[in-house]
This record gives sequence, structure tokens and C-alpha cells, in this order.
Amino acid sequence: MIIFDFVPMWTLLLGLAVFFYVLLDGFDLGVGILYNFVGTTADRNLLMNSIAPIWDGNETWLVLGGLGLLAAFPLAFAIILPAVYFPILVMLLALIFRGVAFEFRFRDVEHRTFWDHAFGYGSAIATFAQGIVLGAFIQGFQVDGRHFSGSSFDCFTPFSLFTGIALLFGYSLLGSGWLILKTEGALQEGARRRARFCFLGTLAAVGIVSLWTPLVDHDIAQRWFSWPNIAFLSPVPVLTALFGILEWRAIRNAKAEFTPFVYAMLLFSLSYLGIAISLFPMIVPHHYSLWQAASSPDTQIFLGVGTLFLLPVILVYTGWSYWVFRGKVRADTGYH
Amino acid sequence: MTLDPLVLSRLQFAWVVAWHILLPALTVGLASYIALLEGIWFFTGKEIWFRISGFWTRIFAVAFGMGVVSGVVMPFQFGTNWSRFSDATANIISPMLAYEGLTAFTLEAGFLGVMLFGRHLVPRWAHFASAALVATGTLFSTFWILVTNSWMQTPGGYRIVNGIFYPTSWSEIVFSASFPYRFMHTVAGFYVTTGFVVLGVSAALLWKGKSREEARLMLSMTLWLLTALVPLQIFLGDLQGLNTLHHQPAKLAAIEAHWDRESRAPLTLFAIPDQQAETNRNAIEVPLLGSLILTHDINGVVPGLKDFPRGDRAPVIIPFFAFRIMVGIGLLMLALVVVGLGLRLRRKLYNTNWFLRALMWATPLGFIGVVAGWTTTETGRQPWTVYGVMRTAQSVTPSLTGFDVLLSLAGYIAVYCIMFPTGLWFVLRIVRAGVSAEEATPIEAGRPSAPVKPVPAP
Repeated sequence: MIIFDFVPMWTLLLGLAVFFYVLLDGFDLGVGILYNFVGTTADRNLLMNSIAPIWDGNETWLVLGGLGLLAAFPLAFAIILPAVYFPILVMLLALIFRGVAFEFRFRDVEHRTFWDHAFGYGSAIATFAQGIVLGAFIQGFQVDGRHFSGSSFDCFTPFSLFTGIALLFGYSLLGSGWLILKTEGALQEGARRRARFCFLGTLAAVGIVSLWTPLVDHDIAQRWFSWPNIAFLSPVPVLTALFGILEWRAIRNAKAEFTPFVYAMLLFSLSYLGIAISLFPMIVPHHYSLWQAASSPDTQIFLGVGTLFLLPVILVYTGWSYWVFRGKVRADTGYH
Repeated sequence: MTLDPLVLSRLQFAWVVAWHILLPALTVGLASYIALLEGIWFFTGKEIWFRISGFWTRIFAVAFGMGVVSGVVMPFQFGTNWSRFSDATANIISPMLAYEGLTAFTLEAGFLGVMLFGRHLVPRWAHFASAALVATGTLFSTFWILVTNSWMQTPGGYRIVNGIFYPTSWSEIVFSASFPYRFMHTVAGFYVTTGFVVLGVSAALLWKGKSREEARLMLSMTLWLLTALVPLQIFLGDLQGLNTLHHQPAKLAAIEAHWDRESRAPLTLFAIPDQQAETNRNAIEVPLLGSLILTHDINGVVPGLKDFPRGDRAPVIIPFFAFRIMVGIGLLMLALVVVGLGLRLRRKLYNTNWFLRALMWATPLGFIGVVAGWTTTETGRQPWTVYGVMRTAQSVTPSLTGFDVLLSLAGYIAVYCIMFPTGLWFVLRIVRAGVSAEEATPIEAGRPSAPVKPVPAP
């Protein structure tokens, strides 16, 4: 029956969808987190305006990622989602609040403070919940046959709570990079100040997670530190250090407006790559590989045809909408 | 009472889907209505059509946004609460759900922006085309969701190996036995729902003496549309009933609270079905009408619940009453349309106060009908998720405790109780502002008017 192995293609597609989600919604959630620390209504309007045209497009990658996991690796979907029941719930509820706040905040002036909080806290809570999902995923789940057999509260561990905090710093770094790019004057100054703080936080978090991971996971320690892997994998930490230095310099250089965002994205890419390298080819760590969890080849072909046709359209449009909204966001342009 | 994760998971799914379905019920209909208005505007050039389409586009924007955020919740339900169902059926249903997501994304990415924000920025034909494509996109989304649901009702084109479904024929999966009827009946239901919203809003505007010219036009046009749509919908509902009789006899028996298989069966108008005693109490029946309506033959045989083991029967009381609510609403709508037609012939359509009042009260009828219909078809399918093949009890996530689901259900209830009333309040405010009003207050933040208006780089 199997004439061709579609698992690598779907691994790549799903990996890209999740990666796009983390980068894109990452920075707009980050802007939402920073929103809590911006005082005036005018500045808050600017922050919101800087992501208003593109946030819903960014969030759609979450749906595509979730459905992609169901379609390509259903066994993983059926094990992982119950295992992170509450973080997923909290994330969804926070995203609902945050999403409607874009519309409701300016229409419902009487309750603006409420919607301000919905947006700011919603962004932070959604991020924290996603960080817990990440940490729980790296740690792995208790599995019996084809289902998760632990408790819905297993996912709350010191490690996963820490990755939750780490992601708060990480998304805020992306968000402040975006704000350095999109704003000017005092607001940009503030973004640089916060970027410095978030960068140090992110760096510390990445360092601690990198030390902690091999301690909680023997397989990963084995993979990282055995010869010759250690030689092949060494570029990841080396490049991370390099981009870290470049990011720090870009944040401190008052003329650099684009590079703080770029280097922040590169740091994220490397962390993402690092996790992928550590877990591959497992999609349910310790239990099921990508091939074991894959849907039937017929399913992968049937969906693959349409996806390969529609995905370029989506990517081109996404790129175009970012192009349309390029340049600084200002209070007086086009928002009425 | 112990907390049962299965019962609570079903309640949770019912809660999130019942609220969510209200939004497509409106947006699918409104998208087509707006496309129609834009088409008339494009071909006649009369500005009034454009004003009306602008008014409904403002309402559409709020409903669509809420539809998206409440829709994001749905695919995750399959994983968190129905993991065994997902594991078993993903080979079949996941491409349908994914195609819905991709369609919605492409639609939203491509044309919604132009439709919502490009009213004065793109040529007429481009705006009309965008509206038409958004309408097409919403129908595609409906298509894929109902493909999934219909396959669960009347599964085909699969084989089962070690408890996992595998596709054998995509055409049999996509066009399963109940799909064409369910699709037509649902879309017509959405259109009728939207139609009654338009009628209610027009009546309210006439009542308040606002936007008279536009309100008359909307009322007149929509009443004509409904004169065709409501009878059509009743006809399509009858077709779906015949389809259910043929493919899901146990469900039909539950809907009719019909216990014994018999020919020349009566129609039960009202009863209190007693699942334990296998009988109906306080029944009001019309002789022979059951066979006539259900089989179109006075001697037709109507299946009874006793044909099926007790464990394979739906909880009769729910589909029985939900179905009667739906049909009652259909008949009420028909009556309103007929009365409207009579008033029109006597040229009293726009100034008969009691009728305007009735139309205002009728605004939510379609939504109740849609939810009642959805309840009928979903609880009628019980105790199966995949009819006759996979049980609901075997579909739920095994690791969940009742407490887990109670917490999450409480969360969804709390959030939806804030979000949906707020959304409704905004829609009411748009209606109160009238057809020609632009946004009442200056907007400091939120959606900008682009993507068709680039912000120049400094």
C-alpha cells in the first residue's frame, strides 16, 4: 500500500505551522504582556494598533497547528491534549478574552479598564499556559497503550512552571523587539529598556532550562553529551551565544530599529531547533515516534493535496499584509 | 450524585457548540445576504443598497469575530475531552476539519479585509466580488463541518482495523448518505434565521421611525425571500426526515417517541416519554398521521424503539421535545410569512403595529430553531458518536475525572456568559444607531481601515 513515506513532509509542515505560531503570535502576545506596563491610554492605543491588523492571522496558526497535529499524528493529539487539559483550557479562555478585547475595548468605553486587563492579563496568562504545555511536553507523559493515563494535574511541575515563566520573558523579548521596530520616541525608548530586561531574563531562562532538561531527562542527556553528537550539536549553543551578543548590542544601539526583532526571532528559532533535535523522532516523548503516531497514508495524501495548494496562498497573503502595514504605527494614521 | 466525566464532557461540548453555532447561523446567512445586496447595488447603482449592505456588514464584523474566537475552542475539545474518538476516527474526520480551517483561513486572509475595511477604497466590482467570495467561503466552511457531522451520523467508506477507522473511499466519506439533505436543511435554516433577524431589525427601525426608507426595503425584500425559503425549508426538513427513517431508524423512533413498530402509526403531538416503562404518558395523538408524514404512505411502517436493545436507544425525551420545538418554530415562521403576505396584498405591511411588534419578537426564533434542530440530530444519534459503530461512552478521554470537567465547564460557562451578552449588546447598539450611521464614537484603537490602504513608511 505504502508507495511513499509522507511522514517527513507532514513533520515539516506541522513543524513550520507550530514555528510560525510561536514566532508570530509570540510577538503579539509579547506586546500584550508589555501592555500591562505601559501607563497612558495613548501609548496603550499605539501598542494595540501595532498588532491589531495582524494578530488574528497570527492566531490562526494555532488552529492550523492543532488540526495539523490531529490530521498528521492523531495518536499524539489524543495523548498530549488530555495530558495538558488545564493549560489548554486556560490558554483558550485567555485567548478568547484577549481576542474580543481588541474590538470591545474601544467600543465599550465605560468598561475600558476591564478590557484593558482582559487584554494585558489575557496575553500573559495565555503565554504562561503555553509555556506549561511546552515544559510538560519536554518532560513527557504517563502513557498506557494508546492513551494518557496520568492525572490532569500532572502537567504542573516545577519544571513546567519554570518554562511558563521562561516563555513570558521570551515572548516579551519578541514583543519589545516588535515595538522597537514599530514605534518611535519615548515609547521606543521604553521598549528598549524593557527589551534589555526581557533579554537578560530570556537568556537566564534558556540557560537554566538547558541545564535542567538533561537533569530531568536521561535520554536527552545521553543524546546531547555522547560522542560524536556533542560535536554535531555544538553549533546550537555556540550560535545561541553569538546571536545573544548581537541581540544585546542591537538593543543598546539607539540606531538599530530592525535588528533587535530579527535577532530575537533567531534566538527563538535556535531554541525551537534545540527542542526538535532533542526529541526527534519522538512526538510523544519516550513512547511514540512520528511514524508510530502517524495517520494513514491515505489521510496524509488526501489532506496533503489541498494543503500544498492552499498553504502558499496563505503565506503570500500573510507576507503581503505585513508589507501593507509596514512602517511606524502612529496615532493618527488610518485608524478611525 | 457522583460527577461523571462523560456526562459533564457532553454538557461541555453542548455548551460550547450551542453558543458557537449561533454565530455561523447568522454569519453564513448574512454573508450571502450582503453579497446579494452588493450585487443589486453593483447592477442598479442605487446607493440605498450600499447603505443597507454597510449596515449589515458592521453587524457581520462583530458576529464573525466572535465566531472565530468561539470556533478556536472547538477543535481542541476533540483532543481534551474526546481523545479516544480522535484517536479512532482521525484518519477519516481530520482532513475535513483541517480543510475547514484552511478554507476559513484563506477566506479570512483573502477577502474579509476588503469586505470589512475597503468599502470606499476599492472599485465597486472588487467589493462585490469580495462579498461574494466571503459568502462562498462561509458555505465551504459549513460544507466541511457538515461533511464531518454527516459521516458521524451515517458513516460510510471506511474499514476498521484494531479499533481504528481507515478510509476506503473518500467520495463515500464526503458524500455520506445523510450529507446532501443535512447540508441543504442546515444552510436553508441559517438563511431563514438570518431572514428573521433582518425582519426583526427592519420592524424595530420602522417602529422607532428610524431609517424608514431602508427599513421598508429590507422588510419587503426579505419577506419575499422568506416566502420562498420557509416553505422550501419545511420541504427540505421533510426530506431529511425520510433520510433519517431510512438510515437511522432508531433515531427516528426516538424523535417520535415511538415504542412499537407498526403500520398506520399515529402522530404524537405531545407526550411525556417514559424511557423505563417504554411508553408515553399524557399522549396527544392524531391517528394515521405518523405513517403519512414519516413515510408518505398511510400504511407505511414506522420503526419502534423496542426494535432496538435498551442500550442502543437515545434519551428519548430530549430529541422528542427538541424536534417539536424546531417544527413548532417552523410552523410559526410559516404563519408569520403568510400573514405578512396578506398584509402586503392589503398594502398595510409597513404600518400594522401588531405585526411589526410580532416580527420584533420573532427575531431570535431562527436561533432557537437551529439549536433545537442541532439538539435533535445530536442527541438522536446517541448513544453513538459514530452511529451504530462507536459509542459515546467509548469516545471520552479516559484520564479525565468528573472534577476536571466540572472545573473546565465552569470556566467556559463563566467566560461565555460575559462574552456573548457583550457581543449582543454591541449588535444592538449598531442597530439602534440606524442604517446610515457611521461609527458613533471616534475609534482610537482596534481594527484599522486597511489592508487596502497602505501606511506609508516614513
